[in-house]
Amino acid sequence: MENNIHALIKDSFPELEIQEGHLQVSPEQLAKLMDFLKENGFAYLHDVTAVDWPQHFTVVYQVRSYEKPDKLTVKVNVAKDKPVVPSMTGLWDSADWLEREVYDMFGIEFTGHPNLKRILLDESFMGYPLRKDFIG
Amino acid sequence: MRTQEITVNLGPQHPSTHGVFRLVIHLDGEVATGGTSVLGYLHRGLEKLAESRTYPQFIPYTDRLDYLASMSNNLAYVQTVEKLMGIEVPERAEYLRVIFAELQRIASHMVGVGTFVMDLGAVTAVFYPFIHREKILDLFSMTCGGRLTYNYMRIGGLSHDIPEEFLPKLQEFLDYMRTALEEYHQLVTGNEIFLARTKGVGVITKEMAMSYGLSGPNVRASGVCYDVRKAHPYGIYDRFNFNVPVFESGDTFDRYMVRMIEMEESVKIIRQAIKDLPEGPVLGKVPKLIKPPAGEVYHSIENPKGELGFYIVSDGSPKPYRLHIRRPSFVNLGVLEEIIKGWKVADVIAILASLDIVLGEVDG
Amino acid sequence: MSVLDNLFVKIAALVRTTLTGLGLGDIWVNLAMVILYLAGILGVMITAALVLVLVERKIAGFIQLRPGPNRVGPWGSLQTVADTIKLLTKEDIIPACADRKVFMLAPVLVLVPTILAFAVIPFGKGMIATDVNIGIFYLIAVSSLATIPFLMAGWSSNNKYSLLGGMRAVAQMVSYEVPMVFSLLGVVMIVGSLQMSAIVEAQSKVWFVLLQPVAFLIYVIAATAECNRAPFDIPEGESELVAGVFTEYTGMKWALFFLAEYANLVLVSAIATTMFLGGWHGPVLPGWFWFFIKTSIMIFFFMWMRWTFPRVRVDHLMHFGWKFLVPLSLANIFITGIGVYLYKTIGW
Repeated sequence: MENNIHALIKDSFPELEIQEGHLQVSPEQLAKLMDFLKENGFAYLHDVTAVDWPQHFTVVYQVRSYEKPDKLTVKVNVAKDKPVVPSMTGLWDSADWLEREVYDMFGIEFTGHPNLKRILLDESFMGYPLRKDFIG
Repeated sequence: MRTQEITVNLGPQHPSTHGVFRLVIHLDGEVATGGTSVLGYLHRGLEKLAESRTYPQFIPYTDRLDYLASMSNNLAYVQTVEKLMGIEVPERAEYLRVIFAELQRIASHMVGVGTFVMDLGAVTAVFYPFIHREKILDLFSMTCGGRLTYNYMRIGGLSHDIPEEFLPKLQEFLDYMRTALEEYHQLVTGNEIFLARTKGVGVITKEMAMSYGLSGPNVRASGVCYDVRKAHPYGIYDRFNFNVPVFESGDTFDRYMVRMIEMEESVKIIRQAIKDLPEGPVLGKVPKLIKPPAGEVYHSIENPKGELGFYIVSDGSPKPYRLHIRRPSFVNLGVLEEIIKGWKVADVIAILASLDIVLGEVDG
Repeated sequence: MSVLDNLFVKIAALVRTTLTGLGLGDIWVNLAMVILYLAGILGVMITAALVLVLVERKIAGFIQLRPGPNRVGPWGSLQTVADTIKLLTKEDIIPACADRKVFMLAPVLVLVPTILAFAVIPFGKGMIATDVNIGIFYLIAVSSLATIPFLMAGWSSNNKYSLLGGMRAVAQMVSYEVPMVFSLLGVVMIVGSLQMSAIVEAQSKVWFVLLQPVAFLIYVIAATAECNRAPFDIPEGESELVAGVFTEYTGMKWALFFLAEYANLVLVSAIATTMFLGGWHGPVLPGWFWFFIKTSIMIFFFMWMRWTFPRVRVDHLMHFGWKFLVPLSLANIFITGIGVYLYKTIGW
């Protein structure tokens, strides 16, 4: 089952490598890949989060299927000086709040998000607390 | 006649927001034309705190997520760390974990349905489930001393074994549950007013439920058969025989019914677990200092409220480099703004209650 | 037996003779008697409210498998006293932007119709403050005034929850007034009189609950709505409107609303007893005691309902009132009319 979907991805995106259900893509490829995944049964955007690495941010998407036991982790590296990723709100409604949370905590911008505001913290809050350089 | 919409702040202090949640709601007379959720009143920055705590130190923090299901939160976290380190858990601990997780599911659903019916105005209907839940809390406090925050699970097993009198008491409780649920169905489920208030109200269609990434009873009420225990079995859940209740219409009544039936199924699972419960240690071989290898792991389990996931990135040090919690209540709540449109104030309250959120989890 | 039966009537007569004996003029004696009646009614009302608060909490506790108040005094019997002291000494808050005069007037006015209505309730044989010949008409007219203080309270609080609650109260009480009056009309048609004593007298053989069962049911439902009690407590709507009209009220002002609620409960139960349950008629025991028992049963019934059902939604409430109760009560009147006509012409 898992290999099935892996093969499918391999066919459409030959440049990508899948390791243990992990997919590393560039921000440019992300929208196309996600669109493809949604088309192929991954109806469940389970989670969106990010990790602050010394050189870059990594935005981590967990995509799943409700019917099949398929799961994939999609990762996108974004530059520290200009952290911008396309928003997935057009594909999944759950991306709305999940991306807002990432924006709130990391300051990563999701282009195309209809309502990119802080969600857990107050509007007047300065800084992005889950960045490693944040001083409380 | 000139009419005007009014904007009402439902919360953060409101008897029916189940904590400190604010819903800014626009009303045309009695009818809600839209609303905006405002959250974060209970945000404690657990994910940031985790970065300065060692792995075992973070277990008590997970208690404070969904504080009505602390056991399940414990379980999700310790299983994630075990998965990251490849730790084997003794059989007895696995079985006890299932028993505790399912008891916790019953306890959480008891509060869920109880407060839901209370928000419909039937105050008596909240006392019965709380009395039943009390018996579960007795079992928990007998085992670990806590009634709300247990801190019972350990990386590699459990903190200690169950006391001797636990199993007979549990058996007694399971027998009692049958009559308790039946009684509750008689009190609430068939009531005309209750049916009129819940049937067809706050419908979440299947497409909507999937798009909003709902999980747990909320998604199963909308006709999606998705239960992590079946879809991605964790622990020893593949050894048990149980049904996943799925309802089709996705209204508040179905969300209520899914919870009611899930409690029965949990009883079934516990009965099987007691039957097969082996003897042995409850804590496996765990290094003194928990220092997972560098790497990352994502693990999720079926919590009472939905799919609770932990994402841990380790850099090889005794503290997580990054810990993210995928909180089911937070994701489930996202659908609220969409489904309250066109319903009356009283329905908005019912819909919110039927989603069964806990603010400790929503705000993280 | 007859001594006990006429105990209160005798006392009143004794007071009257004493006062006359003191050489007071007729006007003064009558005035004194009116004040005495008023004091009696107020006494009954306030005591009833105080006791009922405790009773309600005990019954709620019983239904909810918990002990209820049990700390102050034996069986919590002094709980209400403690609560009253608390309410009396509590800070009285008037919201900054409230309409002060209306805000302060509303809790006072809410009590007035109830007190007025008690004037025509026959508590026992001859135990009626004023036996006016339009008794039930007066009662309906007076009790419909109770709607206005709720709107006043909701409006003047300058709070959106209260305003919604006030609006709901008006819509509900006006709507349920109609079936309630129609249900009482059936009884009036049978008796052929609006006088309370005549209505009770007519039930010496058979209670009207047997002749008018549908009207009794309609009355009970409509009366619950009139009292704003669960399952029709939508003006208060604890879980949605945060106590609705009462949101901004504190201390004694709030206590007055509370008092009015329980006084109303006694009132509607007393009316039910008078109109349908044979009033003070009953064997062996004195009349006023029968009245007390029957009213108590009605009150218990209302409490039982309150602690069993979920709250009705506002539009369901309206549909039920206008599309079900009103036609049903009209049909009841129609059938009663035929029955009365047949009875008179054929003489069944």
